Amino acid sequence: MSDRVIHVDGLTKRFGSFTAVDHISFDVKRGEIFGFLGANGAGKTTAMRMLCGLLDPTEGNADVAGFNVLTQAEEVKKHIGYMSQKFSMYEDLTVKENFEFYGGVYRLSQKTIKERLGEMLARLGLDHIEKTLVHDIPLGWKQKLSFSLALLHRPGIIFLDEPTGGVDPITRRQFWEMIYEAAADGVTIFVTTHYMDEAEYCDRVSIMVDGRISALDSPENLRKEFKAQTMDEVFRQLARGAKNAAG
Amino acid sequence: MEYAIEIEGISKRYGDVQALQQIDLRVGKGEIMGLIGPDGAGKSTLYRILTTLLLPDEGSASLNGYDIVKDYRHLRQILGYMPGRFSLYQDLTVEENLEFFATIFGTTIKENYHLIEEIYVQLEPFKDRQAGNLSGGMKQKLALCCALIHKPEILLLDEPTTGVDPVSRQEFWQMLKRLNTENITILVSTPYMDEAAMCDRVALIQSGEILTTSTPANIRTEYQGQLLSLKSQDMYHLLKTTRSLDGVMSCYSFGERLHVTIDPETSNLEMVQSALSTKGISKVEIKPIEAGVEDIFMQLLKRSDA
Repeated sequence: MSDRVIHVDGLTKRFGSFTAVDHISFDVKRGEIFGFLGANGAGKTTAMRMLCGLLDPTEGNADVAGFNVLTQAEEVKKHIGYMSQKFSMYEDLTVKENFEFYGGVYRLSQKTIKERLGEMLARLGLDHIEKTLVHDIPLGWKQKLSFSLALLHRPGIIFLDEPTGGVDPITRRQFWEMIYEAAADGVTIFVTTHYMDEAEYCDRVSIMVDGRISALDSPENLRKEFKAQTMDEVFRQLARGAKNAAG
Repeated sequence: MEYAIEIEGISKRYGDVQALQQIDLRVGKGEIMGLIGPDGAGKSTLYRILTTLLLPDEGSASLNGYDIVKDYRHLRQILGYMPGRFSLYQDLTVEENLEFFATIFGTTIKENYHLIEEIYVQLEPFKDRQAGNLSGGMKQKLALCCALIHKPEILLLDEPTTGVDPVSRQEFWQMLKRLNTENITILVSTPYMDEAAMCDRVALIQSGEILTTSTPANIRTEYQGQLLSLKSQDMYHLLKTTRSLDGVMSCYSFGERLHVTIDPETSNLEMVQSALSTKGISKVEIKPIEAGVEDIFMQLLKRSDA
């Protein structure tokens, strides 16, 4: 295996007569920050669920972290991390209890969980909230902790589904600095966002329209190709012609 | 100026959390006022108070002259409310939802169809689809139709564009602009700073307090320091290095560029350029720019922390 950590080949998902994901193919390299963009209903979530081993494709195939999503879905799940904006930690458990729960699910030893939790809290400067209920901590801290939690079992790839939605602009930028640090440590980042300035922070960006990948390149090359000043303009040009707006 | 919404000294506390602190805000008749701030700033609490669903601990508010406490029954008739969380019936179809809201307000879809027509034609092909199976952008459009169907005088929209892609967001704003020409006053909240430009006036809110209220054009004058925009090959390295320079008040990523604020008393463009060059970064594109709403918001956040 080369340094390709995600290899997608003709991946397709149909729901009845509706094709949500239509023969998409791409590779993602180790340590790359890969932005996965698209309008609402373009098929991002469906594609992401297939890559995480949560949904079987109708056609096509994909390898993620060295395992096949069709035949080795359980191995895929063990080797990836996942964080979404909507749900990532149990509000009625403390920070420590959340880490113990997730660590347990990934079969880490008590000792390992304790060590890694200590390290992460120290790095974030949040030692004092170990025993605080997640419910009681500010959203900005929660997002940073969720990110650390998704990295607890040291996955090679982390999937981030709109990780910065609704977060204040300073925290949003601090969050991206954490992403850069993880990528510099060799973690591959697969991220979706509706903030087009964040698309610029990715090494490469793909834009899905009606289940297909309409563009895939570095932000700089995409801006050149579409003669646009910003990624926002690139996105608008591509997404405007979409048909599946209600999908 | 005649006011559609008048809020005076509203405070609300949940246990130890001070959700709103002495909020004063006035929205003129026919204005589009943007309430801009991140999650947890207190936006939804303010909406619940204005829609008479929650009582404030202190202060008072009236909408088109009706008091939120005394006149709550009448107010509910004249307000259109779109809550932050999707709150239509997921297992009813698009059409059934609209029918339901029209009926409970004692009207019919036909009577006020002209208000929603432009939006509803986009939904019509899916009118038999269950609301729960619509995409994010379409759900928001349906929710807007349901909030409009009784022809409200004031429209209160709580984060209608959150989680919606940039193209759908733009379409949504075009609809608001058109509704505004029908003399409907709109208070709309958003975490997207770029949407400020679409409002007549904006109020920036954080930690239960209004940081400032202004027009999108005038808000720039509140910026302290000189703002520069920088770009080089290795942006992360540039960010780290620039942040460590003397005279740099703040340094943030802004898409493909950095926004750097310097203190004009102690630094200038040339000084930043030469300081970067001595640290080995010579190929830097650097230019002065005007502050946008996001720059101002971040500066106000930092000031209120300090």
